[in-house]
Amino acid sequence: MSILLSNISKKFGRFSALNNINLEIPEGELVALLGPSGCGKTTLLRIIAGLERPDQGRVLLNGEDKTEQHVSHRGIGFVFQHYALFRHMTVFDNVAFGLRVKPRRERPGEHEIVKKVHALLELVQLDWLHDRYPDQLSGGQRQRIALARALAVEPSVLLLDEPFGALDASVRKDLRQWLRNLHHELNVTSIFVTHDQEEAMEVASRVVVLNQGRIEQQGSPSDIYDHPANAFVSRFIGQTNVFTPEQQDDAWLATFGLQPGKTAHVRPHDIDIEKSSEQDAQAILKDWQHLGALIRVELVKNGSNDRFYAEMPNEHFKRLQLDKGDKVSLRIRQAHWF
Amino acid sequence: MSQSNIMPGFRPTLAFTLLYLGLVVLIPLSTLVFKSFQLSWEDYLSVITNDRVVASFRVSFVTSLAAAAVASLFGFIIAWVLVRYPFPGKRLFDALIDLPFALPTAVAGIVLAAIYQPNGYIGTLLTDMFGLQVAYKPLGIVVALIFISLPFFVRTVEPVLQEFDSTMEEAASSLGATRRQVFVRIILPNLLPASLTGFALAFARSVGEYGSVIFIAGNLPYVSEIVPLMIITKLEQYEYAGATAIALTMLVISFLLLLVINLLQLWVRKRSGQL
Amino acid sequence: MSAIAYPINEAKAVERPQALRDPDWVRWSLTAVAVGFIVLFLCLPLGIVIIEAFSKGWQTYWSALTQPDAQAAMQLTLLTALVTVPLNTVFGVAAAWAITRFEFRGKSLLTTLIDLPFSVSPVISGLIFVLLFGAQGWFGEWLSAHDVKVLFAVPGILLATLFITFPFVARELIPLMQEMGSEEEEAALSLGASGWRTFFWVTLPNIKWALLYGVLLCNARAMGEFGAVSVVSGHIRGLTNTLPLHVEVSYNEYDFVGAFASASILAGLAIVTLILKSALEWRQARR
Repeated sequence: MSILLSNISKKFGRFSALNNINLEIPEGELVALLGPSGCGKTTLLRIIAGLERPDQGRVLLNGEDKTEQHVSHRGIGFVFQHYALFRHMTVFDNVAFGLRVKPRRERPGEHEIVKKVHALLELVQLDWLHDRYPDQLSGGQRQRIALARALAVEPSVLLLDEPFGALDASVRKDLRQWLRNLHHELNVTSIFVTHDQEEAMEVASRVVVLNQGRIEQQGSPSDIYDHPANAFVSRFIGQTNVFTPEQQDDAWLATFGLQPGKTAHVRPHDIDIEKSSEQDAQAILKDWQHLGALIRVELVKNGSNDRFYAEMPNEHFKRLQLDKGDKVSLRIRQAHWF
Repeated sequence: MSQSNIMPGFRPTLAFTLLYLGLVVLIPLSTLVFKSFQLSWEDYLSVITNDRVVASFRVSFVTSLAAAAVASLFGFIIAWVLVRYPFPGKRLFDALIDLPFALPTAVAGIVLAAIYQPNGYIGTLLTDMFGLQVAYKPLGIVVALIFISLPFFVRTVEPVLQEFDSTMEEAASSLGATRRQVFVRIILPNLLPASLTGFALAFARSVGEYGSVIFIAGNLPYVSEIVPLMIITKLEQYEYAGATAIALTMLVISFLLLLVINLLQLWVRKRSGQL
Repeated sequence: MSAIAYPINEAKAVERPQALRDPDWVRWSLTAVAVGFIVLFLCLPLGIVIIEAFSKGWQTYWSALTQPDAQAAMQLTLLTALVTVPLNTVFGVAAAWAITRFEFRGKSLLTTLIDLPFSVSPVISGLIFVLLFGAQGWFGEWLSAHDVKVLFAVPGILLATLFITFPFVARELIPLMQEMGSEEEEAALSLGASGWRTFFWVTLPNIKWALLYGVLLCNARAMGEFGAVSVVSGHIRGLTNTLPLHVEVSYNEYDFVGAFASASILAGLAIVTLILKSALEWRQARR
């Protein structure tokens, strides 16, 4: 189901959580709402779900205006940040809940419910836990049960609020991949909220970056990484070195089109370094760290104390035969000016 | 003493605690048990099965049950409103809930009598309009016990409702449940243990209550005479054995209630994942 | 799950999320029922005490309070509180210290026993002291031989009140000190502080509000107890009547103004207790 948000605004007291949000999400996408905490992403998700009503603007699902419709009639699946599993019900009853509260004429028979719930529990690979209570499950298991429960009503849109936020790092990695695969399998339009840019880039097919109640940029992960629309996005997504040309020797930056009055944002892997003789050396290598496949080099410009970073493959770094304290010359392959 | 050996004062504080507990509580309370050993089983039965005593137990239990039920029903609504709905003066009303804890029972007793006696503030209205007499009838006992037991229910349910994870309601809503279904299937089951505990506490307090009841009850034998008053009547007639027998029976009943309450609270904690 | 994700993380929401808001008519009618019930059952009695006390005018009210029996009752009530509250406070602190700072066998039994007086009917609480010190009681003969009066005298009243108010301070402190843990005290001790200094400089500042709270409730009950005291006092006017007993005696003698005048003092005490209690709760919530 496609989602269209037009002119959505929402205030809490005097705090303006969302400002005039316009967003279109085509059917079948897996979208990340990404932003720092307090940017309004959760509020936006809750408005799409119908858990909150916007102060102004419309929410259209499949072209139909659903702004005034109550959450219980929207046919969305919502996975809560802390899962909100029903504590007094077993895993099975939790997943069956959405089917059992349907009006009598739409409600499937008990036999069918049992079949469907077990199928869902198998989908999330937790059928063996069906008679446990939520308190007896681990975080990752609760997460998957919450997802199964949301899927039971065959929602046309799946909404997930910080789906991996409350999990250990290792569990999180596994679940990300799993969610991506599940989305491929079910192909239901899905939106998840996250503050972790790595997570958004890894899982989503489309990323919406929010800041202070506004959309800063939207697009595919590579779009956003390679062509950040503004300084905020550039800093928020991935690593970036920021240079202010006025304060520094700017000749080397000028090689990529100096724009006066602006700052240059350069990705660490867009900086090439080479061992250099005294005269044309621009920086000193202070330290370096091993990041697995990459080496991160800490550099300081001549006559300055500000550190910046360059990254390069392991092999490449070895070939340069650099050591701490060596003088290096710099060359940039790409810069964004904001 | 695994916790910490460096903490000082274990022996003196524990010794004082045990000594004081023994002198103030255990020795006095044990006299009741020892005194009752002096009674033969037949004597005990003849006291307990005496018509007037049986009637007093009936009056106490029936009125306490009725009062606990009413206090629970309205207590639930009060807790719900205090936790969930904003309205002016809410803090004041919330503080007032504890009035029955703080107001001496004798004061409550005479005031309630003044209000509900046939020519009292509300008594007049009820007599004139419905021909209903509250004071000096079992109904008067119920009114006094509602007053006394209300905070026990409210203060038991209120914190549970406060801590209630509202996202469970949102989850149920998002799965298509109506507001009514959410209430019946999600909220009630989660509040049930606390409500039962509150009810049991209200009942236990009501059964033992004396001060607020005697002024409004009329204290008519067989009709509106409660068990605590029965004990006092026996004492005033120097029937120590009889008083002891009745008191012991009450004590056993209240300990059983205490046991039930503790089991309920264990259940509450288990259900809410604190165990 | 105490860290519930409400209010919504973006802002301090003043109201519940819209999807959970009950329809207006439900909210209004439930609020009306709740407020109506509180007004009828709690506010009205409080008002009536004042109205009745002043029903014959200020003068009568004043003379009812200043008559010797009423004065004696007030003094006895104050004495009772002055003796029992400090004793039970010291006990409460000692018991909480022993229970929360050490592991020992029978600890949970001890905790249960401390709560015992709460589940004993006030009348029975009085009765046990009659059985202990009455003419036919355990110490009855010895006491009368040595001409010591406990029952139907001040000591009996003190003992019964001590029993009734026994758990108040301890039960406020035990959960709090349990939750606090002993790390701060261990730190103080490791820095060379003595046991007493650790208690007064580290423990006491942390528990002072809960301690005050317990003392407040203990005091309210000590001054207001009726059932237990009624059994052991003997109702001797001017000698063994506490203020609540004086209310009863006056009421039974149809001296309604006298009864309600004394009752108004106790009601005032209750209101002060409630105000202080709310203030303490507010303080604790802000911590």
